[in-house]
Amino acid sequence: MKAGAVRFSLRSLMREWRAGELQVLALAVVIAVAAVTSVGFFADKVQRAMLLQASELLGADLVVVSPEPIEPALREGAQAHGLETARFVTFPSVVLFGDAAQLAELKAVDGGYPLRGRLRTSEQPFGSEEEMEQGPAPGEVWVEARLFQQMEFEPGDLLQVGETELRVARVLTYEPDRGGALFLLAPRVMFNVEDVPATGLVTPASRVDHRLLVAGDEPAVNAYRAWAAERLEPNQRLEGIRDARPELRMAIERGEQFLGLAALVAVLLAGGAIGVAARYYSERQADAGAVMRCLGASRAFVVRVFALRLLWIAILSSLAGVLAGFAAQTVLTRLLGVWFPGGLPAASAWPVFSGLAIGLITVVGFALPSMLRVGRVPPLRVLRRELGAPPPSVWLVLGLAFLTLAVLLMWQIGDLRLVGRVLGGALITGLVLWGAAWGLILLLRPLRTRGGVALRFGLANLARRGSLSAVQLSAFGLGIMALLLLALVRVDMLAAWEQNFSDDAPNQFMINVQPDQVEPLQALFESRGLAKPVYHPMVRGRLIAINERAVNPEDYDNPRAERLAAREFNLSFRDAPQPGNHVVEGRWWRAGDDPRQWSVEDGLATTLGIELGDTLSFRVAGETVEGTVTNLRKVQWDSFNVNFFVVAPPELLTEMPATYITSFRLDDDGDGLLAAAVRQFPNVTVLDVRVLMERVRAITDRASLAVEYVFLFTLLAGVVMLFAAIQATRDVRQQETALLRTLGAGRRHVLAGLLAEFMVMGLLAGVLAAAGATLIGYVLAQQIFDLPFAVNPWLWIVGVGGGAAGVGLAGWLGARGVLRQPPLLTLRKGV
Amino acid sequence: MGSNSNALNGALVEAEGLTKFVQGPGGRLDILKGVDLRVAPSEAVAILGASGSGKSTLLGLLAGLDLPSGGEVRLLSESLRALDEDVRARLRAGRVGFVFQSFQLLPALTALENVMLALELGEHPGNARGAALEALERVGLRERVHHYPSQLSGGEQQRVAIARAFAPNPRVLFADEPTGNLDQVTGDQIIGLLFELKEALGTALVMVTHDVELAGRCDRRLFLRDGVLEAQ
Repeated sequence: MKAGAVRFSLRSLMREWRAGELQVLALAVVIAVAAVTSVGFFADKVQRAMLLQASELLGADLVVVSPEPIEPALREGAQAHGLETARFVTFPSVVLFGDAAQLAELKAVDGGYPLRGRLRTSEQPFGSEEEMEQGPAPGEVWVEARLFQQMEFEPGDLLQVGETELRVARVLTYEPDRGGALFLLAPRVMFNVEDVPATGLVTPASRVDHRLLVAGDEPAVNAYRAWAAERLEPNQRLEGIRDARPELRMAIERGEQFLGLAALVAVLLAGGAIGVAARYYSERQADAGAVMRCLGASRAFVVRVFALRLLWIAILSSLAGVLAGFAAQTVLTRLLGVWFPGGLPAASAWPVFSGLAIGLITVVGFALPSMLRVGRVPPLRVLRRELGAPPPSVWLVLGLAFLTLAVLLMWQIGDLRLVGRVLGGALITGLVLWGAAWGLILLLRPLRTRGGVALRFGLANLARRGSLSAVQLSAFGLGIMALLLLALVRVDMLAAWEQNFSDDAPNQFMINVQPDQVEPLQALFESRGLAKPVYHPMVRGRLIAINERAVNPEDYDNPRAERLAAREFNLSFRDAPQPGNHVVEGRWWRAGDDPRQWSVEDGLATTLGIELGDTLSFRVAGETVEGTVTNLRKVQWDSFNVNFFVVAPPELLTEMPATYITSFRLDDDGDGLLAAAVRQFPNVTVLDVRVLMERVRAITDRASLAVEYVFLFTLLAGVVMLFAAIQATRDVRQQETALLRTLGAGRRHVLAGLLAEFMVMGLLAGVLAAAGATLIGYVLAQQIFDLPFAVNPWLWIVGVGGGAAGVGLAGWLGARGVLRQPPLLTLRKGV
Repeated sequence: MGSNSNALNGALVEAEGLTKFVQGPGGRLDILKGVDLRVAPSEAVAILGASGSGKSTLLGLLAGLDLPSGGEVRLLSESLRALDEDVRARLRAGRVGFVFQSFQLLPALTALENVMLALELGEHPGNARGAALEALERVGLRERVHHYPSQLSGGEQQRVAIARAFAPNPRVLFADEPTGNLDQVTGDQIIGLLFELKEALGTALVMVTHDVELAGRCDRRLFLRDGVLEAQ
């Protein structure tokens, strides 16, 4: 009998398929699996790239990272362990060619670099690539192609780097340890580390990243790692292959989680469609179940036949979904692959299996209760048609669906706490959406007595199927809302953020200014009729103790606190608080006070647990500077003025090595002010905020395009859910249409009624989405980003108009088939 | 279950003091008030009665599709009272055939597959296809075996149902208003076919109908009136 069930289920599958009963269910599975596997294939490629290039990403097997020059002992120790070594330093600076000045990410490498992976270059921009044995020779510089375009120089030209000139030798096309263009705001300029002193760019106070690269046999690397760990300064750290590029890994992991969650929204909606379709199918199959029982089939056999049929559908449509997902991921790879300059490898087969598994889990979770129901149809139904199977328990259906969602979430994000939070959020969002949708449907009631026949009939339909309509509304509302948030609200917020800066807000930063350069620079401004900017002193120091208790980054749970505790602070000193700073607790120092005082930004104080009266010790240039926190300040950070977390009275820090920093506004090029400044003082770095903002915008545009793309699956799933609901009401619709036509309604009337029903549904979904997006935009702007908020009318125009048009069209296309059957046939069938 | 063909008393279907009531809004409604019936092998019994007299309810009880409120039903010498629904289904498989007023063919299966289904659920699924083709040939549908129910006329659909009912060579056939949905001429043809096969295979027949003429072709006619079965 078991084999019989398999054979029977397989044979009947094709027939059922042709009868069109299972197509919507299958389509929902295809979309769910395609959504998940498109993200899965892409994530797999990225992970494989990370794995394959792990040591390349480091350029070594182990790296010592330090903000200060690395003691020769560490390098000699590595050589004593039989390991190869290399080193490089990186820092931002402005390079000059003719009148053009451009911020660049400088990287000075020695002859050993890179120890793992190879540099690739070409002779001309966009020429053919060659692998290089080592980096640039002394006196040479390799630069990225985009800098050639920006500064209009040719290979062989001399580029001014700091106080020296280097010959542009080659075009740098690939750098193994770069990770991704995402983390480099300015173009790369690479030269030999022997040229660093001649540039005069590295001074004790400048912000430079020093790296010692180590490579060799695994045991030797491990031994060295243990040896070096004991000799590191507190501000130095080791990065191995497994913990390489934590910032890159974190960003990738977050991105993948986000895309995965977006894909799961599509799975959830598709699951809803599967549930509706399966329930409809099981109702249609009640007769078949009864006849089979009547002819002697056991309940188990009937259940097996239907469960197996479901299994075949799940497997076949999951396979189709995997194929569709594979095709869809090429778009993601095109959108985001540019950030992986080494290129992405082919994906493994793993997403195929996970796609199949997700398809099966979704089908079982959302369709099984309905299918089991067919086995419960009493055989007596063959004589008494009104007998059906009891509907599956609502709790069973919802419980299983929720459990399925939890399993899928756990699979996708793998962090129990996060899964709990997402589930809770999803539940609340679902309830709120559902409640709002119900409210909107109730609001329609008074309208049922107005308007033409078609509109009245359409509205009556929406209201009568209240519960199903509410679910559909929520689904569409969610899909449209996500797209509105990404396409409109995000853009609005970026614009509001930019507009937030008053017209005279600074748009340029000048950093790395030496104390003796302040006056000549100010004179430069004056000579061009510009206001003298204020130069703020900046002293670098590491927080080593609070109240004599040593500060250890690992002691903080909060990742921001951990980062703050690990890095060097920019300390400043001044007599009076800066404009835009307000003392909120304690008192600013006065002339004659004990100079051992600190003023701390209140947000930082909260993060690090610093209170008024605490004693803070900073390590500055090898000395410990101690003082008491005598006041806490509020700072308006987004003013683009220079601000500091920690400020001291001048007497406390004047003896320490300092550089100066300023910000100012420049709307044109200020008569070549910047080029002149950098030419005169090559060590000075100018950051153009406009260029940085442009870069930020480009990155978020691309990232949100990818997310929008994944949310398209959500909309597709919403459409399939609509089709499932149309299918589920097809029999009733056919009956009604037949009746209407018998009573004399023309085709046009019936179609207009259908169109009215779906357009109103789309309109309501649009209202829900626009309201939700506006609310979320408001909360984000006011509570989180502290930005002015304005309602964007386009949100409503696009949301409501697009919703009405889109859902109206999809619903009309799905439902107009009811007109195909002649009314007499429908009425005679007496469905 | 095994060898219930060696019925002790020779009856294939037997009912004793059969009662059925339902609780309605107006209190208890007695549909059957003590029905006694014996159907011998090869015998044809017609059960007549007005609409709503409980004919179909009685048929359902005799075939083990439902359980009575009181009394006893023995089908193929097995008392149905103690059997759960699955065991009752197994008892029917291949030994009990049905013909319904509304045909009850599975719309997703072809004529051939509908007939094969009954054979595959029975005891000898071996050559289901051959036996089904043969059965369809016997009802004159050799040319239409690959048609779906929706592509067949009412008369043709009922022929498929008859082929399905007789294909496993059942001991007893239950028919519920088999001509109820058919015109006079087609109905007569169907009944001719039904009795022809019944005679050829020696199948017992229990037929519910309100058509007195049709009942006249049976060996015995019983009237269901006020929940009690009376011989005519």
